[in-house]
Amino acid sequence: MNKTAQIELIVNGEKYFENVPVRMNLADFLRNKLGLTGTHVGCEHGVCGACTIFLDGVTARSCLTLAVQADETEITTIEGYETDKNASDLIKNFHKRNALQCGYCTPGMLASSIEYIEQGNPPDRKKVKEHISGNYCRCTGYQAIVDAICTTIQERQSR
Amino acid sequence: MKAPDFSYEKPTTISDVLALLANNELECQLLAGGQSLMPMMNFRMASPGTLVDISNVSELSGINERDETIEIGAMVRYRELELSEIIKAHCPLVAMVLPYVAHAAIRNRGTIGGSIGLSDPAAELPAVLLVLDGKIEITSEKGIRLEPARTFFKGIYETSCEPDELITKIILPKKHLKQKFGFHEIARRHGDYAMAGVCIAQDIDLKVRVAFFGVADRAVRSIAVEKLLSGNSDLSEQLIKDAQNALNDIEFEGDMNAGPEAKQHIAKVVLERALKEMKNE
Ligand SMILES: Cc1cc2nc3c(=O)[nH]c(=O)nc-3n(C[C@H](O)[C@H](O)[C@H](O)COP(=O)(O)OP(=O)(O)OC[C@H]3O[C@@H](n4cnc5c(N)ncnc54)[C@H](O)[C@@H]3O)c2cc1C
Ligand code: FES
Ligand code: FES
Repeated sequence: MNKTAQIELIVNGEKYFENVPVRMNLADFLRNKLGLTGTHVGCEHGVCGACTIFLDGVTARSCLTLAVQADETEITTIEGYETDKNASDLIKNFHKRNALQCGYCTPGMLASSIEYIEQGNPPDRKKVKEHISGNYCRCTGYQAIVDAICTTIQERQSR
Repeated sequence: MKAPDFSYEKPTTISDVLALLANNELECQLLAGGQSLMPMMNFRMASPGTLVDISNVSELSGINERDETIEIGAMVRYRELELSEIIKAHCPLVAMVLPYVAHAAIRNRGTIGGSIGLSDPAAELPAVLLVLDGKIEITSEKGIRLEPARTFFKGIYETSCEPDELITKIILPKKHLKQKFGFHEIARRHGDYAMAGVCIAQDIDLKVRVAFFGVADRAVRSIAVEKLLSGNSDLSEQLIKDAQNALNDIEFEGDMNAGPEAKQHIAKVVLERALKEMKNE
């Protein structure tokens, strides 16, 4: 009976060895075991997007991933976006455009935004909306978030 | 909520997976991308005794081109399909539907084997397999069998795949020259499961196959609509209207989005839009 497991992973550049119950999801692992509470948990069934993080370079729902599944992977969470993802300009633009109010959706919203920008996509509002369609925001009405993403892409292009 | 307690195994070969599945006492359930199974476990709709994680089984990976077909390993994730040049060139209908299958973060993890193995009535890929006449390779300790899509899907979350069996491959015919495809769906939010959707394939001999999803207990073909459309090279306004009117051979079922009558209405709307898009291509 394998009810616990030893896992080894890299989170925001730091190596961790941990013993976890196999039923523990990655969101709870990050928040409760590692104390990285920047990752938020909303619905726990994949719909709201608040728990979105990077797993081996692509976005994933940490509520739909078990911590054991993250064995031998590399994770980046909001605590690492400024340094590991060079996203300080995006974060500044979120601030400038008021692309957050309560901030609950922001960790996941930033993950999806960073992925859109990293994939070399254009500052096209329709495409941006499709890419962030899996992230709910109950405060901003989304327009400011789309603005912040498009502005960041335009600024990077003109640099 | 959180998932109930279970044991976890991560075999690396198909034969090890099959040995686990063959042991009834373990009450195994396969874990592929987890994008449907994890929510079901968090909701306590599923409570497997042993979770068999198949993501490390390298024999289940890869998209391979054969003479007449494309073979897709069960563990191939949607994201890999989206990026695949082979899929773009030979399975354009798959490429058309992928952007509508869930959201980017879910497509990064979800797999083709998981979608087919689950048989969600509102999923796109089962309907794609129906109109392309795809096949499913199923393996157990008894051997390997090939099941055509048209007999594989049985009902809501019900397929012909037995508890001791593993889907190992999805096999799709390559596109022929002059073959045409159509697709349209309506969802409340881009990437969510559709309220209704349709996939259409028109062969060189003008034979047409039409399958709907999100409207019944599984993906279903409308033979009445297929008969009406087959043999016509011109998708005229009148023909499209007639096709809409012919759409009453499906047992429409409601869900949390809409009742059966509304489902039938939305199915007619997506049919019209998909056919018009095919006409204007
Ligand atoms: C918010 C949200 C929106 C979504 N929207 C859509 C959508 O619009 N369209 C859509 O199609 N899907 C949608 N999905 C579901 C998603 O596509 C799932 O990824 C997919 O249905 C299951 O694939 P998986 O690899 O994650 O499978 P898992 O969740 O790991 O498994 C699903 C089921 O299939 C079985 N299974 C897995 N692999 C095999 C195999 N090789 N052989 C036999 N059985 C197997 C499992 O035991 C389980 O019962 C959505 C999911 C979420 C959370
Ligand atoms: S908490 Fe993971 S998607 Fe809502
Ligand atoms: S800022 Fe409150 S949910 Fe988005």
